[in-house]
Amino acid sequence: MNETVDVLIIGAGASGAAVAWSLAETKMRILCLEQGDWQKPSGYPSSGRDWEARLSEDFAISPNRRRLAADYPINDDDSPIKIANFNGVGGGTILYAGHYPRLHPSDFKVRSLDGIAEDWPIDYATLEPFYALNDRMMGISSLLGDPAYPPKEAVMPPIPMGRTGQTLGKAMNRLGWHWWPSDAAIVTREYEGRAPCINLGQCGSGCAQGAKGSTDVTYWPEAIRARIELRSRCRVSRIETNEAGMATGAYYFDADGKEIFQPAEIVIMACNGIGTPRILLNSASDRFPNGLANSSGLVGKNLMLHPYAQIRGHFDQPMDGHRGSPICTWSHEFYETDRSRGFVRGYCYQFSRGTGPVRAAINGMADGLIPWGEGHHAAFRRLFGHSAGMVSVCEDLPEETNRVTLDPDLKDADGIPAPKITYRLSDNSRKMLDHSVARGIEILKAAGAHHITTKAPLPYAGWHLMGTARMGADPERSVVNEWGRSHDVKNLFIVDGSVFVTSGGVNPTSTIQAVALYIADQIKSRLYELFD
Amino acid sequence: MTALEKNQPAEEPFEDARQTLLAIVGHMIPASTEFGLPGADDPAIYADILRSVGRDKPLLSKALDAVEAWAGGRLATLPRDQQAALLAEFRSAEPELAGVLEAVTARCYYRDDRVMAAIGVEGRPPFPLGYEVEEGDWSLLDPVRARGPIYRAVGEGGQRS
Ligand SMILES: Cc1cc2nc3c(=O)[nH]c(=O)nc-3n(C[C@H](O)[C@H](O)[C@H](O)COP(=O)(O)OP(=O)(O)OC[C@H]3O[C@@H](n4cnc5c(N)ncnc54)[C@H](O)[C@@H]3O)c2cc1C
Ligand code: SF4
Repeated sequence: MNETVDVLIIGAGASGAAVAWSLAETKMRILCLEQGDWQKPSGYPSSGRDWEARLSEDFAISPNRRRLAADYPINDDDSPIKIANFNGVGGGTILYAGHYPRLHPSDFKVRSLDGIAEDWPIDYATLEPFYALNDRMMGISSLLGDPAYPPKEAVMPPIPMGRTGQTLGKAMNRLGWHWWPSDAAIVTREYEGRAPCINLGQCGSGCAQGAKGSTDVTYWPEAIRARIELRSRCRVSRIETNEAGMATGAYYFDADGKEIFQPAEIVIMACNGIGTPRILLNSASDRFPNGLANSSGLVGKNLMLHPYAQIRGHFDQPMDGHRGSPICTWSHEFYETDRSRGFVRGYCYQFSRGTGPVRAAINGMADGLIPWGEGHHAAFRRLFGHSAGMVSVCEDLPEETNRVTLDPDLKDADGIPAPKITYRLSDNSRKMLDHSVARGIEILKAAGAHHITTKAPLPYAGWHLMGTARMGADPERSVVNEWGRSHDVKNLFIVDGSVFVTSGGVNPTSTIQAVALYIADQIKSRLYELFD
Repeated sequence: MTALEKNQPAEEPFEDARQTLLAIVGHMIPASTEFGLPGADDPAIYADILRSVGRDKPLLSKALDAVEAWAGGRLATLPRDQQAALLAEFRSAEPELAGVLEAVTARCYYRDDRVMAAIGVEGRPPFPLGYEVEEGDWSLLDPVRARGPIYRAVGEGGQRS
């Protein structure tokens, strides 16, 4: 058996890194167990001529396709939206685009404002200092003065608009609709030892330049300097408890497949909206027959994924192609509820640049725009480097029928049951998707695009994993309290996307990390009454 | 050539169906004298395709079996125009399997030095040189600023303020 630690964090992704760094100042003995490994920036696809091919090989976004040693299978057959993640130090931030919006103030109050779902037990004002701290730690580039948000600081200048941002921005001006350069977890200047972005355009498969804020280059180096221990290639199977109903530590499999018990005084889950309910459900015991921290029955339920629509077009003039961070600007024009649109809540657009030649050919052939045979070359030349468009990120409302359970048959390499996803699109989501497709076509037409293609929902876009262990004041309606502690197990905390009460209509990582910092702050300020 | 490419032997995974695959890729992306381009059935490109099937191997086998079944035997032995007609039908009847054929072909065709030069892309990985992207004209945002805040303000108790 290993020596007891004060705090055991499980998962070294976006939230695990933030909470580890924040707790370091307590000088407690803190250990993080992570099932994956450290990444070598020199090994990222953008360093080789096969950079595009590797996006569907060892850097595929689906763990079911990647099937690396760090991955566990996810049965997503019963979902129109397939799950994407990355397992390793940095978690999903290794592959994320670094598009970095905050939630809006209204997102925390959907019940009060719109009479649906539930309000969060915390609000924008509570999180504001943690958003700002996190922006500094991750190195966020942005342009001051976005009218879609209350005033916020800018750490450094924004990523370039390029031809894409300008062409679509002019169209938005013609339509009188909001747009703005995206907040991005991409440093545009030398920052804390990180080199500035050189527009590799490969944020989605790891940044070889180290400009993108993945937590292996932001929080982790600082946390490790502050003597936090991070043990990689250790996959946790379950949390153990004692007669008092307190967590005593976790069992994990090391790189050699040996099962080891790690005792701890406090356990913090940071395995994401699928990994965390998986381990809690797998920790069922005589004391907790429905899974750990699950007296509400809500562990694994209310899974929210953000349905995406994609709308792309082609232009006569050359656009940015595969150069530059894929996402450049955003629009929050249709974000806040307007019932005349036929749905509640809303969505944002991310405006995106083009793709490399391989992806342009594959998409062009799939969309019927590039033929086989004689006409292939001429059609490819017309389209390649000439495309731009957008995706809409639609607010997903919590529904108990959308959920993570344990698959009765499928297991990972260590024999731990795999998660199974059951997910349906709601009527509200469908209407929102349709609305965003129709407005997206209007935008592209106003920008002069032709050969417009649409997809809704985008199938391989289940990368925002939220809601499966939500926070709230009422133990019957939530899994953790308003500061992240399990209602049932007083020394168990959850800090990842599972705790989201509602999803908002923006990418979640900025909020996931702000919440993790907030919970860490609560732990620090309540240290002497933490288990009361 | 990257570590990934070097470490993979030039395996020949589809011994039986290699001629079929060769015929398919040649129809999909034929050589062009007009654009000075090799076809995807060029020996170097085709060898790269065979070597790089990777995780698509099971689906590619399925696609090739389906093409053979569609052609009622050996596609490669049929006259060329008949091959083209059969493949066009196959493509519209089985878009997902056709998509696998397209993916394995495009992934190698569009990294060949000759092809990259012809389409105006430098034959190098993105890193370490990177690319230039126009900063853009920030004054385009003046009308957006002029409109003022658009977020829904939330007062005490969740009321609109
Ligand atoms: C392709 C892609 C693009 C994305 N783009 C964006 C974007 O532009 N903007 C944005 O905001 N978000 C984006 N995301 C989502 C973003 O990555 C996630 O929101 C974020 O990483 C979630 O943080 P987390 O801490 O909840 O979990 P994660 O970052 O997923 O970390 C969980 C960690 O826990 C580890 N783990 C899980 N189970 C175990 C176990 N049993 N034992 C040990 N370790 C375990 C995992 O290996 C992983 O490292 C993207 C994601 C993907 C995949
Ligand atoms: S665009 Fe910038 S952040 Fe993205 S991979 Fe390239 S250098 Fe990194």
